[in-house]
Amino acid sequence: MRVVVQEAPFDLGAEADAFAKGQSRSGAIVTFTGVVRDVAGGLDAMEIEHYPGMTEAALTDIASEATTRWSLEDTLVIHRHGRLAPGEMIMMVATAAPHRKDAFEAAEYLMDYLKSRAPFWKREIVAGTPRWVDAKDADEDALRRW
Amino acid sequence: MDVLYFAWVRERIGLPREVVQTDAATVMDLVEELRVREDRYAAAFADITALRVAVDQVLSDFDTPLDGVREVAFFPPMTGG
Repeated sequence: MRVVVQEAPFDLGAEADAFAKGQSRSGAIVTFTGVVRDVAGGLDAMEIEHYPGMTEAALTDIASEATTRWSLEDTLVIHRHGRLAPGEMIMMVATAAPHRKDAFEAAEYLMDYLKSRAPFWKREIVAGTPRWVDAKDADEDALRRW
Repeated sequence: MDVLYFAWVRERIGLPREVVQTDAATVMDLVEELRVREDRYAAAFADITALRVAVDQVLSDFDTPLDGVREVAFFPPMTGG
């Protein structure tokens, strides 16, 4: 299990490749990547604030919980903070499991939880005006299925 | 104890962290103490249903006791991913 919180960009291909190469016991590797999406009006940038210390602990807890719920051989979570331009990658998760159902479900679980249980706050800057992104009720509802 | 603020809570109060001398028994008691300090605190804590709290870096409820606690953080619902 590896959890990384960083400001710098990450290389999706290199990370996915390195993660997959270590998994001789897994028949399934799932990766998910979140990208800064442009919005109506034109997004200048997205700024992501986080809570150093708690962020790493929360992500580690979420990944550990996934490992107890599904048959996983390994997990990877990378999440960036700071100022990101449209099209930049924000975060990725990877899961490795003997079979794909566990790998897919665990990846979805990781995504659902790190959306609303990891201390990150997004702010969009549109036409020079910053605006905090509101949490969605749907994100909270998504946790109930687990 | 150290009290931390993030996102728009930090902006409304105007600082990211401060040391608060308090005998508050619970998080809610601390909120009540902060609310009466100044308008900017009253504004930030006007609606606590819009806030979340972490006690010693663990997401917690507002009735959490503060005995022995070193760090309390207030922030809006999180928007990771």
